[in-house]
Amino acid sequence: MPKTATRDAYGKALAELGEEIKDIVVLDADLSKSTKTSVFAKKFPERFFNMGIAEQNLMATAAGLATCGKIPFASTFAVFATGRAFDQVRNSICYPKLNVKIAATHAGITVGEDGATHQSIEDLALMRALPNMTVICPADEVETRKAVRAAVEIKGPVYLRLGRHPVETIFDESYEFVPGKGVILREGKDVALIATGVMVAEALRAAELLAKDGIEAMVVNIHTIKPIDEEIILKAAECGAIVTAEEHSIIGGLGSAVAEVLVEKKPVPMKRIGVRDVFGQSGKPEELMKEYGLTADDIAGAAKSLLKR
Amino acid sequence: MPLSKEKLEELTMTARKVRRHIIEMTAEAGSGHPGGSLSAADILVALYFHEMKVDPKNPHWPERDRFVLSKGHAAPVLYAVLAEKGFFPKEELKTLRKINSILQGHPDMKKTPGVDMTTGSLGQGLSAANGMALAGKLDGKDYRVYVLLGDGELEEGQVWEAAMAAAHYKLDNLTAFVDYNGLQIDGPIVEVMSPEVIQEKFRAFGWHVIDVNGHDFEDIVRAIEEAKETKGKPTVIVARTVKGKGVPFMENQVDWHGKAPSREQAEEALKGL
Repeated sequence: MPKTATRDAYGKALAELGEEIKDIVVLDADLSKSTKTSVFAKKFPERFFNMGIAEQNLMATAAGLATCGKIPFASTFAVFATGRAFDQVRNSICYPKLNVKIAATHAGITVGEDGATHQSIEDLALMRALPNMTVICPADEVETRKAVRAAVEIKGPVYLRLGRHPVETIFDESYEFVPGKGVILREGKDVALIATGVMVAEALRAAELLAKDGIEAMVVNIHTIKPIDEEIILKAAECGAIVTAEEHSIIGGLGSAVAEVLVEKKPVPMKRIGVRDVFGQSGKPEELMKEYGLTADDIAGAAKSLLKR
Repeated sequence: MPLSKEKLEELTMTARKVRRHIIEMTAEAGSGHPGGSLSAADILVALYFHEMKVDPKNPHWPERDRFVLSKGHAAPVLYAVLAEKGFFPKEELKTLRKINSILQGHPDMKKTPGVDMTTGSLGQGLSAANGMALAGKLDGKDYRVYVLLGDGELEEGQVWEAAMAAAHYKLDNLTAFVDYNGLQIDGPIVEVMSPEVIQEKFRAFGWHVIDVNGHDFEDIVRAIEEAKETKGKPTVIVARTVKGKGVPFMENQVDWHGKAPSREQAEEALKGL
């Protein structure tokens, strides 16, 4: 399967959309070559604003542009977009419900060698806690492109979580992306694997592993963490056991969002695959995924241990 | 063009009404920030009643001049000015800070007609104003963007990120005011964390700097004109003001930053206005 980083898909999609939608403007914080907004910048220099290494100013400037009818895409690394500029995102973007799209790249520990300071593992928790915010975490190149377009169609703030590391392409062009609607990628009745972002491919592999042991796992892609698709989670709960998988802290992200739905509507045994409340470290993305228990094996193992109970 | 005698009288009269509203609203609310609202009253009156093109019947008119109250806690002065201008009925002022009011403790663009930007968390307004100015340039529109910063607010690092960006992008359609009243919650700005020398800092960041008496309409209006004529860089008007201006027992008293007058104190204040 071909591999593409979702940041690359973002850069391409943004430059394409820029042609079509003239109100799109792009802001970056000296990372345009990494976030791939440089593709847009080259094509539409007058609509690209490099704000320098000043993320707080970047977010509030994007808010100001949005008040005048622009559709700003504000890009930097996820750790800075959501951490350093949290108050700006909260007070200047989400509270007034301004039409700013925060497209943050280098999310999760697959940032790799840069280490813990640059590995955003709490961004979903932070962004999900904000009223008016839509939170989207695409799984591959195709889904990213469609999500970028969908983000423009949503009126209001959107957080797009993108990665640095190339990931397998799961979807083909016919794939239909509907914000807020999860997707069943594989039917199964014994256990449901609910994943987001780069963990979707891992979950699909985990389902293969489980199948070898005669376990039929349903695989659900939750690309929109907020608003979460309650319906599909309740459907998944009919399997009687759920494993969530995210390249994020187990606190506050997909696992928490799914647990919140289940605990109120249909409690079932559940395990969360994610970074277990620790900071990351330097290393190769694949090594880190293994080190922090974010592989297909880990998901399959969690599913089995649930079924043994 | 210098202000006519009639215009000067009108502005003076309006400022008096605005100050009365500030006292009445904060007294009625039982909380709020009268000191920094009173210090900024003349600046806002000069902007809204002399300079800015706005349409109270059409608050979202795309061609309008914009105003961002970066020191959002001075919301009472903005609400008083907007009500006087006709953006909403003056009776609304009585609802300040009360449940389900259109007048929140800090400005909310989604709730209050005429408020161009939601503010309250200090240090963010200049950035938002920059965004509006950038959009104006991009669209070839000739509206101007005004923003009012507190002097204590200059302690926020983001202000200087934004100051750098405004000069970098040559935002000569943007004029910032600093309400230089010298006081912040914990005391004099020079004792808490001095942002001085304010003028030199902005100059070093590439801005055109004008000093004015923030309670002298002719001075303020002259500075606004000079800002409009200044090309290739943003202008900051550093307005020397008196916190609590117009109410003798509040003037230069740090305690009146964030405390509402009692009924009796309000009566006394109104007598002098």
